[in-house]
Amino acid sequence: MNITPTRRQLLQFLAACGVSLAIPTMTARAAARRRDERPKSLITLWMSGGMSQLETWDPHPGTKSGGEVRDIATSNKDVRISELLPQMAEQLHSCMLIRSLTSKEGDHERGSAFVKTGYRPEPTLKYPTLGAICAHELPNPDLEIPQFVTLAPDRNVPEAGYLGNQWDAFRVFQPGMGLSNLKSYVSPERQADRLKGLNVVSQQFEQRRQFAAKRTLHQNTLDRALAMMSSEQLKAFELETESAGVKAAYGDTSFGRGCLVARRLVETGVRSIEVTLPGFDTHVSNHGGHVTQCRILDPAIATLIQELRERDLLDSTIVLCISEFGRTPGINPAGGRDHWPNWFSCMIAGGGFREGTVIGATPHDVFEGKKADGKFILPAEPVLVPELYATIMATMGIDFHKEILTPIGRPIRFADALPSAYLLKDDVAGKVNRS
Amino acid sequence: MRAGVILFALLIATLVLKAVQVAGRVEQFAGSPAAVADDQQLGPAVARLNEQFHKQWQAENVQVAESVDDFAVLRRLSLAMFGTVPSLEDIRAFEDDDQPHRIDRWVVRMLQDSRYSNYFAERFARSLVGVEEGPFIVFRRDRITAWLAEQLHQDASWSQMTRELIAAEGLWTDRPAANFITVASIEDEGLDVNKLAGRTVRTFLGQRIDCAQCHDHPFDPAWKQTSFEGLAAFYCQASLSPGGVTDYRTGEDKKEVVYKVVDPGAETGRVVPSAVPFHPEWLPAEGGLRHRLAEWVTHKDNRRFERAIANRVWGFMLGKPLHEPVDDLPHPVDGEIDALDILGQEFRACGDRLSVLIRMIALSDVFRLSSESSADNEETYSSQVQAWSVFPLVRLRPEQVIGSLFQAGHIRSIDQNSNPLVRVTKFGNENDFLNEYGDLGDDELLQRVGTIPQALLRMNGRFTAEQSKVDTLSAPAQILSFSPDNAAVIDNCYLACLCRHPGVDERTYFLNLLESTTEAAAEKRKANPETPEANPVSKPTRTRAEVVEDLVWTLFNSPEFSWNH
Repeated sequence: MNITPTRRQLLQFLAACGVSLAIPTMTARAAARRRDERPKSLITLWMSGGMSQLETWDPHPGTKSGGEVRDIATSNKDVRISELLPQMAEQLHSCMLIRSLTSKEGDHERGSAFVKTGYRPEPTLKYPTLGAICAHELPNPDLEIPQFVTLAPDRNVPEAGYLGNQWDAFRVFQPGMGLSNLKSYVSPERQADRLKGLNVVSQQFEQRRQFAAKRTLHQNTLDRALAMMSSEQLKAFELETESAGVKAAYGDTSFGRGCLVARRLVETGVRSIEVTLPGFDTHVSNHGGHVTQCRILDPAIATLIQELRERDLLDSTIVLCISEFGRTPGINPAGGRDHWPNWFSCMIAGGGFREGTVIGATPHDVFEGKKADGKFILPAEPVLVPELYATIMATMGIDFHKEILTPIGRPIRFADALPSAYLLKDDVAGKVNRS
Repeated sequence: MRAGVILFALLIATLVLKAVQVAGRVEQFAGSPAAVADDQQLGPAVARLNEQFHKQWQAENVQVAESVDDFAVLRRLSLAMFGTVPSLEDIRAFEDDDQPHRIDRWVVRMLQDSRYSNYFAERFARSLVGVEEGPFIVFRRDRITAWLAEQLHQDASWSQMTRELIAAEGLWTDRPAANFITVASIEDEGLDVNKLAGRTVRTFLGQRIDCAQCHDHPFDPAWKQTSFEGLAAFYCQASLSPGGVTDYRTGEDKKEVVYKVVDPGAETGRVVPSAVPFHPEWLPAEGGLRHRLAEWVTHKDNRRFERAIANRVWGFMLGKPLHEPVDDLPHPVDGEIDALDILGQEFRACGDRLSVLIRMIALSDVFRLSSESSADNEETYSSQVQAWSVFPLVRLRPEQVIGSLFQAGHIRSIDQNSNPLVRVTKFGNENDFLNEYGDLGDDELLQRVGTIPQALLRMNGRFTAEQSKVDTLSAPAQILSFSPDNAAVIDNCYLACLCRHPGVDERTYFLNLLESTTEAAAEKRKANPETPEANPVSKPTRTRAEVVEDLVWTLFNSPEFSWNH
């Protein structure tokens, strides 16, 4: 008789006993659920600056627009990707590539706002990012750490817009290298005395401001901050207990450490995480720039997908690798590629999305990307960002058409599109409510 | 060798001078002192404003909060006009001023202080050019902010400033107001006339017509898509050239430059003439398109113009505009006068100067109302908030938090006369803090709550640690050294941080702590050597310095510190 417990049984047993492994993990109830019934998490890998589709997911070797990059075979025999992503090539059977995302925003700030929210930016209303919507709609009541975390962020920090800034992402600038402002700089005894004094001063203030003070959520925020300071779950941000081999597999880079922390956060129950890799704005020396970037990206993303699968978390975790736009098919005199929102690529793995699939196709050799009449050529099977986000929300169990009354009095839906069943596995698509 | 040392010294001196220049930002104004008319009698207009609110409160039968003391008014003024709590130095001077009309005289004095013009300029810049980085090379935020600060220091006419902003021609460096135009430029596409039209109406007329760019306004039949297009057409002749912003009435083909809109699916654009949505008679017959638009916007009979600026300044002063959102005002109704009109009429009568609005608001009864309420249920309190019969509790803006932390850490006011080192440190601290605390963006007058990272930064961040430390020149150290007794130590800490005296319970609590320090125990033993030594459990462990540091930390983290009340 085989008495070796399965990982799930072990987790269940340890969690029920209140014992944590390296970090507190999913509750017994969550761990015991079947993989596709577990609460889903979203990891967004944000390629900041505008990743070139031609040097990554959609190479066109041997053409004028293809540049210097060559393609390689992948674990999906029908799909070839850039030679700069050899480790991802081995994971491609678990992934879906969309090569036909389209946008009209070719400016970094506007493009980022659009691709992060699914809405074109407006001067009078700030839309929430997809990550913030996930955290807002799927809050994990057992979490003492933030529901939405951004790792190694650059200037385009994901915000919650009209949902309120309490849903903005918690920023960790140097993942795996410690968190700032989480330790009191005085002894625990002095800290306790300070909090007693704070109670005295707060009571004086709230004496005749009970309703006003309640609205400020000041005390609530303070209590949550204090709970976070002493939470065991903070270990999810630490990498000391990870083996040198695992850390090396992700890569000794800020992005690599961010991906590893992201995996640990998912295990802790955080539903929404973003990891940023900056440096894709390659107006000069595009090929060289992407060689550098892909050396960072490739091991981190491939190891992340592999580890999620090994830990039985890939079905309940969506990994989305996306950018604010792509880069021009043409190469400029400085050897660079410029901004190109007309078509660009993203990669999705896990969470019930189809595996080993490519959606859309881009024109094969179009240096200018325009027709004779000057109009932009569009890719085959274009996918709109709002459509992709409605699909992600639907598969996570979020009511993508829910209307929120914004601070300016306008009701707005989370997604201005319907989900696309063809992006999902058949069994998952059948369960998604598209109405 | 010596030459190298001299060169190195020169380099350091240059860097320090540059840093001081940056830290001081716009301290050297072309004309000085400011031209605020402190002899102007605003009494009758303020009385009309007060009457308007009292009538409303009576009609709605809402409870009216009590009035606060002058210290609370001083804190509100300082936060609104300087972005910091008042210094202990200022509070003591204010306390000693027993002449009549103290508040009005202090408001005028503050209007003449460069801290006001610099701070208000930063806030105005947000509505004029947003907070984005803006286009590379052709946009200079520092130049337009410096220009605004100088205009405010001169108490210039807002109408004149508006005309300059809308119609400026020239380089964004030489003609700073032109940055209002250049910020709307898009790489390889030129100026975004839609962005300019939307922002013109939002900023100067306090209304939102942005959605009319694509369709008629869904809720307001007055705003048609044609209204938006007609306004956008006023910007169609403006373009960017090596000489800066220039208006070209004719193109290279010698034909008049006209505005064309390409409808979805259409092959060619249709010509849209410039047109205003109402009162075309205010539009001058002659002049360039932007000049004509500027004249129309600022026309003396255009109530939207004065109501918009009155609402924005009200928002700056109280943290919350009279009508929210600040740039979504209802249409003015003929024959109906509200608080914004009363403010606006006096503003117009006194040369369109912002100082008039600031003084009227500062002297109004609403500005003096307490944020305490005797309401016994949420609904009653909400109706008070709605009717402005209680002072709104508004979270401090990020720069107000760091400004106040830094000011409370110093006894003397930090202004253009401060030690350059202090100013440089403040500048560096501000930027670092804002990066961590987060910025409010364009919609800075939307009401928000605090976040966990902000609470963590206030509790455990280096800024709080540095400013609460009992260090040679810090306020806590000086308070500890120069206060005659423990009660005065507590009183001074409260005044420096919260601009008020402690309540009875608070004083008692902290006095107990200060009387239980290691120094106090040592003195007791010295005075009475027979006293047996306290047992180790109850033996004091804190020094006076630690107790004061803990007190200042406590005040920094209190809700009262982080909220305008």
